[in-house]
Amino acid sequence: MAERTFTTEVQKLRLGDGAVFHGEGILAVTKALLQAGVSYVAGYQGAPISHLMDVLTDANDILEDLGVHFEHSASEATAAATLAASVNYPLRGAVTFKSTVGTNVASDALANLASGGVEGGALIIVGEDYGDGSSIMQERSHAFAMKSQMWLLDPRPNLPSIVRAVEQGFALSEASHTPVMLELRIRACHVHGRFIAKDNVRPTFTLKNAMEAPRRDTSRIVLPPSSFLHEQEKIHQRWPAAQRFIQQHGLNELFAEGTRDVGIVMQGGMYNTAIRSLELLGLADAFGDAAIPLYVLNVTYPLIDSEVERFCAGKRAILVIEEGQPDFIEQNLHAILRKADIPTKIHGKDVLPMAGEYTAATMITGIHRFVDRYLPDAIDQSRLPSLRRPAAVPAPPSDPTPAPTAEIHPRPPSFCTGCPERPIFTAMKLVERELGQHHMSCDIGCHLFSILPPFNLGATTMGYGLGWAGAAAFNTRETNARTISIMGDGGFWHNGLTSGVGNAVFNQSDSVLVVVDNSYTAATGGQDILSSAASNPIRTTKLSIADAVRGVGVKWVRTVTRTYDVAGMRDVLREALTTPIRGPKVIVAQSECELNKQRRIKPQLAQLAKSGGRVVRERFGVDADACTGDHSCIRLSGCPSLTIKDNPDPLRTDPVATVIDSCVGCGLCGEVAHAAVLCPSFYRSALVTNPSVAERWSARFQRAVIGFLQRGIDRRLAAILG
Amino acid sequence: MSRPPRAITIAILAMGGEGGGVLADWIVDMAEHNGYLAQTTSVPGVAQRTGATIYYVELFPEAAAVAAGKDPVLALMPVPGEVDIVIASELMEAGRAVQRGLVTPDRTTLIASTHRVYSMIEKTHAGDGRIDNAGLLASGAAAARVFVARDFARVAADTGSVISAPLLGALATSGALPFGRAQFEEAIRRAGVGVTASLAAFAAGVAASSAPATSTNGKRRPLPIMTDTAGLDVAPPAGAAIGAERAAPSIGPRVRHLADRVERTFPDASHAVLLAAVPRLADYQDMRYAGEYLDRLDVVRDVDARYGAGDYALLTETARQLALWMSYEDAIRVADLKIRRPRFDRVQAESHATDNQVLHIDEFLHPQVDQVAEILPVRAGRWLLGSRWARAVVGRLTRKGKVLRTTSLFGFLQLYVMAALRPARRRALRFQQEHARIREWLDHVAALARDDYPLALSVAAAPRLVKGYGDTRERGNRNYDLVMAAIPSLRQAPDAAARFRGLCQAALADDSGEKLAAALR
Repeated sequence: MAERTFTTEVQKLRLGDGAVFHGEGILAVTKALLQAGVSYVAGYQGAPISHLMDVLTDANDILEDLGVHFEHSASEATAAATLAASVNYPLRGAVTFKSTVGTNVASDALANLASGGVEGGALIIVGEDYGDGSSIMQERSHAFAMKSQMWLLDPRPNLPSIVRAVEQGFALSEASHTPVMLELRIRACHVHGRFIAKDNVRPTFTLKNAMEAPRRDTSRIVLPPSSFLHEQEKIHQRWPAAQRFIQQHGLNELFAEGTRDVGIVMQGGMYNTAIRSLELLGLADAFGDAAIPLYVLNVTYPLIDSEVERFCAGKRAILVIEEGQPDFIEQNLHAILRKADIPTKIHGKDVLPMAGEYTAATMITGIHRFVDRYLPDAIDQSRLPSLRRPAAVPAPPSDPTPAPTAEIHPRPPSFCTGCPERPIFTAMKLVERELGQHHMSCDIGCHLFSILPPFNLGATTMGYGLGWAGAAAFNTRETNARTISIMGDGGFWHNGLTSGVGNAVFNQSDSVLVVVDNSYTAATGGQDILSSAASNPIRTTKLSIADAVRGVGVKWVRTVTRTYDVAGMRDVLREALTTPIRGPKVIVAQSECELNKQRRIKPQLAQLAKSGGRVVRERFGVDADACTGDHSCIRLSGCPSLTIKDNPDPLRTDPVATVIDSCVGCGLCGEVAHAAVLCPSFYRSALVTNPSVAERWSARFQRAVIGFLQRGIDRRLAAILG
Repeated sequence: MSRPPRAITIAILAMGGEGGGVLADWIVDMAEHNGYLAQTTSVPGVAQRTGATIYYVELFPEAAAVAAGKDPVLALMPVPGEVDIVIASELMEAGRAVQRGLVTPDRTTLIASTHRVYSMIEKTHAGDGRIDNAGLLASGAAAARVFVARDFARVAADTGSVISAPLLGALATSGALPFGRAQFEEAIRRAGVGVTASLAAFAAGVAASSAPATSTNGKRRPLPIMTDTAGLDVAPPAGAAIGAERAAPSIGPRVRHLADRVERTFPDASHAVLLAAVPRLADYQDMRYAGEYLDRLDVVRDVDARYGAGDYALLTETARQLALWMSYEDAIRVADLKIRRPRFDRVQAESHATDNQVLHIDEFLHPQVDQVAEILPVRAGRWLLGSRWARAVVGRLTRKGKVLRTTSLFGFLQLYVMAALRPARRRALRFQQEHARIREWLDHVAALARDDYPLALSVAAAPRLVKGYGDTRERGNRNYDLVMAAIPSLRQAPDAAARFRGLCQAALADDSGEKLAAALR
């Protein structure tokens, strides 16, 4: 079960013709797929398209009603290969994943798919994880479209445009026999807006039809001589067909044509920020009516030479707003104009930065520079946005103190309260104290937060499921030192079982892998996988990672079933690092993702307490008078619920540790106090709701005796402390 | 000519998991039901995992769109200098909004909760790494047109809700949006989740942001924090000042004579520390012990009177450190603190226990051979530490930590008996060791004061390096010995005091001792 449920939102997927759909961008895409008569959808979760997968999961009954098959693919490669169904049959299919990381994984299948071409519309919805909030390397999906010659849609980030792009994407794909990529940036995926819905369409040709009357065509398979023909086909048939379709159907948009002899060319995804920038510079109104010609590329690959030539003809200069690098579009525009011998000057990465997200501030600055150069009178210098106002005349020295600036610390993401992954790294810190440092290879997932304070563990991460592969070279008999690699359960099933475990077995590696098994692909929002502990009516779960590892030949396998057992975790790690047994060693560290667990059990416990059942709520605390304020416990934990507060002791100045109300009583604080021999100031309180009668009376009796003894202490203290 | 219509822009700065999205959704729903077009965006991703994140909302009057015959183009991210409302769920996040240029004096209403969620840098510092709240408040006040600063986390906790509801209440009060209170409340009702609690917290947020802020000493402040910020005095609001919750020391009848001695024979500047220290030490050991404390300070007072600047800084700092050192935490002290009634009451209150519930308290104790030896009489303690087999036997018994239930009679009695060993402490090994070190330190302080008063003052503060228990304390002791051993060579230098303080800072900077080793080189 995913951490966010869309059970109420999915009802919006049933909206019919003319109804107004209000909701998130990614949900609108789902609706658009159904409106376009899609036959199958597959994908691999990851921000910013996780919600697309989660919505489809929750909408499974709606999908079944329409005859749509939906899969959680094992990886993006699987998802992309799924599109093979559209090669021989008029089936519309869509796949989705995070990009560029997912596209990297998918590109083998995508290249094969693009080579042979498709019969039914094939749409690849990529969540472009670029800029603020991104968690991956900063690259562009654009390159993938170019190298395999797939068409790339980058619609304006409003719901009607996005929905239209889905419909047009399928049609373009079918018209040009080419898979089409639809690029959605993070904010577009999560933008809340509205559009007018249409009826859902049940595909006329279904998966059933295809399976019962199979077809094949060897000319669609990538094998010589067809592969050579495919390349010719791409250039001579599919490319011109795509250009024709894009032009005829007006996929790209022109605004305010003819208003000025300069213009702006932009990716569709840049439109809203560009309009706001123009509005603030006084060159557009709130409705997007601009005072300068705009050429909006809702299709960023391929460019339409004739459209470009027409837009540039008679213009002194254009500004290209193209986010990210390399500047593929700008280079392409140069080539088009040069060949057509059009002298229009092209600006882009000279007034805007080559690298990095185009924030509103960046874009205003770039547009202002461009306009200032070509239309110096177009901007009212007295009404510039505050960002572009010239700095005030330097204040005389006698001026009052400058505006105060406070020290702001970065606040990167971190392990949640009660996270079961934290104690694994606490145990590693303790082992490090005993055995010294080890080279550590990390993976992708929440566990990568280990590289940050307070743990500061881990040297590299090479990609999802590639944790152990990242340590493959450190395989020499010249030392007894062992490397530690980390892999999440998500990465393990994605590819780590073969790329990491199989590889280590085959190459006789003498190193240690810790598989973090928290029952979900937790970092992407808690989706189920093969080893999930919960039952899932539409998926097969509860399969053992340890069994899988043994199955590919690992002999030394240990399972820790409760990661919060720091001492146990430490002992297993120590054993793995010091045992004389050579060969690959795998530790499966299991405990459920606390974020998902809390969502799961909180309502259950509340219900139980309400109905009179016995419920125990545990949490930790720190006795401030026994805490000396050295914060060792925090340096071994970093839990958001374990923090500091003013020292109530008038003689001490350093803050004391404290546990706040959000504590879920995971037990780590107590385990650390024990395992690291920290300090006796931690305690655990267990609050029993609806205790049994015997429990109540026993507690009452013991409290009475304790109370009697405490009265003696009270008297002594009263004489001293007043 | 009327001004062209434009969007109302709202940025919400929060940390993942705090409900910033819920707040944004309420605003969107309210706007859509009251004649506005609304758009919200966020960048959830991994930022959900407790990191800083931003939600952005734009509202546009529907009537203007109808009049124009088309939809507005709304932005997906805030433009610095063009934000009408900034809501920050925490004080440093408010500072971050200011730093990003989102808060400007010409238009921004800044609504911020003044509580702190400390950053990892602040939390992991071995001493006090917290940044100054006053700076954050001042930067908010200087940057905003209207600054509403209250501890909304406390308001939320008091009403048993989460912070998003009181923040919405503050937004309603601020008048920054063209909606009335009823419209805000309707949005909460329509969301349909935890409606009762959210409405209560919303109302509490309205009340908190309507009332003028109170200062730390509980008096009414003449100037509410919510105001046009011109001329605003930005003293921190209630609870924000460090040390706000400290109580003045109270003196029981049996230590009255010692308190009298303090007031009679020690300078005023030192009274606060001494009057806190005397009952503490009487409680820790006995009256005689508290008296010995003052005896030792007699010497320091006389030295300070002669070589100091008259503010008795050396006496005060030495008195503070001496009191802490003399009340070092051994097993007896810890047991003594754990069994007291006020402590039981505190845990009870913290867990929000009611009469119908049963509360258990479990202690996590891990006495080791050293901690056993240190409360034994000197010779027995030395024997235990010196004898291989005795060490092994006790070591085996103490290898694992113990969980002791203090609310059970059995657990309570174990700690009660341990605490009752207090009178025997004077003969214990640790007592002898600590007091030998204390004497050595005091001699250093007194001797240094004659030649280099600033250095003496720094050395007086050095016991701060020794904190914690077990390994942590051992490391502290090692660091302390290293910096003390550096004194003879430091004394040659002109800025010995500053250098000594630098060494102490280095010692507190990491657990590995690397920084200190580097500083000593």
